[in-house]
Amino acid sequence: MSKPISVRKTLTINRPVAELYRFWHNFEALPHFMKHLKEVKVYDDKRSHWITSGPLDSTIEWDAEIIEDRDNELIAWRSVAGADVDHSGVVRFRPTPNDRGTEVNVVTEYNPPAGAIGDAIAKLFGESPDQQLGDDLRRFKMLMETGEIATTEGQPKGHS
Amino acid sequence: MKAVCWEGTNKVQVETVPDPKIINPRDAIVKITSTAICGSDLHLYDGYNPTMKPGDILGHEFMGEIVELGSAFKNGNVHNNGKSLAVGDRVVVPFTISCGSCFFCNRDLWSLCDNSNPNAWMAEQMMGHSPSGLFGYSHLTGGYAGGQAEYARVPFADVGLFKIPNGLSDDQVLFFTDIFPTGYMAAENCDIQSGDTVAIWGCGPVGQFAIRSAFMLGAGRVIAIDRVPERLQMAKDGGAEVLNYEEIEVGEALSEMTGGLGPDSVMDAVGMEAHGMGLEGFYDKAKQAVRLETDRPNVLRQAIVACRKGGTVSVPGVYTGFVDKMPMGAFMNKGLTMKTGQTHVHRYLQTLLDHVQNGNIDPSFVITHRLPLEQAPHGYEIFKHKKDNCIKIVLKPGQTV
Ligand SMILES: NC(=O)c1ccc[n+]([C@@H]2O[C@H](COP(=O)([O-])OP(=O)(O)OC[C@H]3O[C@@H](n4cnc5c(N)ncnc54)[C@H](O)[C@@H]3O)[C@@H](O)[C@H]2O)c1
Ligand SMILES: [Zn+2]
Ligand SMILES: [Zn+2]
Repeated sequence: MSKPISVRKTLTINRPVAELYRFWHNFEALPHFMKHLKEVKVYDDKRSHWITSGPLDSTIEWDAEIIEDRDNELIAWRSVAGADVDHSGVVRFRPTPNDRGTEVNVVTEYNPPAGAIGDAIAKLFGESPDQQLGDDLRRFKMLMETGEIATTEGQPKGHS
Repeated sequence: MKAVCWEGTNKVQVETVPDPKIINPRDAIVKITSTAICGSDLHLYDGYNPTMKPGDILGHEFMGEIVELGSAFKNGNVHNNGKSLAVGDRVVVPFTISCGSCFFCNRDLWSLCDNSNPNAWMAEQMMGHSPSGLFGYSHLTGGYAGGQAEYARVPFADVGLFKIPNGLSDDQVLFFTDIFPTGYMAAENCDIQSGDTVAIWGCGPVGQFAIRSAFMLGAGRVIAIDRVPERLQMAKDGGAEVLNYEEIEVGEALSEMTGGLGPDSVMDAVGMEAHGMGLEGFYDKAKQAVRLETDRPNVLRQAIVACRKGGTVSVPGVYTGFVDKMPMGAFMNKGLTMKTGQTHVHRYLQTLLDHVQNGNIDPSFVITHRLPLEQAPHGYEIFKHKKDNCIKIVLKPGQTV
């Protein structure tokens, strides 16, 4: 049994709380900035289906539900009972005291089960999970502040 | 297209690589008409940046013509300084990549932009926080393909590109991309009061613009320090008194020249590869060679000790890692202030354009060599070794050998 992976990260984003809350609340938009997430299908205002890309073109999928939702303040979700992946997350939005936008705090947790899927998840999220969440959150910030995500993928380089 | 690629320490090569394409909505593609080699490129050439990869396209001082614009421009979502950009516009490109809407850009601190470095985590591990992305300047600052090439992709083009009015030549405006604003900001960072004496270490292109900017900002005297005769001569032509650090003891000379007070402000326009004298220089070279110390701060030490009490230390010279034996006691007890940073290029563009248009300065004075892009490897060699009186090289893509 792999160890649970738990990470937290906070970033200040120079946009109003309501705008950030609204964007995040639409889970189908999360793959725009969450690197490993391929697709999220929203079933209704509680339940959704998450698909991440696993090793060797495989996918890992699970159903999740929103367990707490406070307007312009917090969204918490977790995988449903019996899902392959035991995952939970909470994002909190708080206006900064000095007019610098919004402090966004995210905490996520994975409990990889034993076996192949567990190993895949441990591999996917276990390699510097801290940096992965940090990068996801930074991409969220870029998207919200500039409308795009800085990248060099696809630019030219020399042969060597 | 042709591009100058870094292949390893002391090795650059002109390669044929794919043309850049638009990747993000706010991108532009610029066809490059002039592009320069900078002292900062020498730090990469000399192998002092561990995040360079073979094949990386170099260059961060370039200008040219817009040949393509991203979808954000077509939708009319973005404007360039309130105006629209169009294919065919002649533009200069700041070496710092800035989004225009983060905390830092909003405060005119463009080189600290939060949103332009896709490899921010690398810089964060080393420095706690990341500076902005930079063109052609290692993966630590984004790994963006540079502008010593025929074309370049410019992210956040609506914020960065600066249109050049008719009637000004490439040579007159090319250095808006870096060294002119860098010298100007370094002089501004000296906090010059009218009539002040400013001592500037390094008479490379940055030092040259710093000398002239210090006078524009009210300095009474500038004392410039180097050892290369033609560079000292160019400093003199700019109105500076000069010291050759191989011929005299700089600290003593500065004290003598300022009645024992010391210069009101001091500037390190040399950076992490400063040439050190005697045993101290040997110590730093040895430590740097085995990576116990990444940067050689000989000039910084000397400048701090020379500065008058309560004065200001301005550091445009680039450092990337750690330095040893900083005279912190002198710095603290003399109540000095230090100001530094990659240049907030965007902040100075209009001011410097006005200076050029009003005839206060013609930035082309610093150019000693114009070469076809293909001759970049030769250019790096003569610039590094100060051969052939080389001070500043402009490369011309598309020009035949
Ligand atoms: N802050 C920025 O945004 C920014 C922008 C451009 C360049 N830079 C940096 O500014 C520095 C200078 O750039 P440049 O293009 O003028 O480079 P350069 O290499 O042409 O000039 C450096 C000069 O320093 C002299 N020098 C070396 N050791 C010295 C010493 N001990 N005392 C006095 N002079 C000494 C050299 O002879 C040379 O003339 C570099 O570190 C470069 O990376 C910073
Ligand atoms: Zn430069
Ligand atoms: Zn910014």
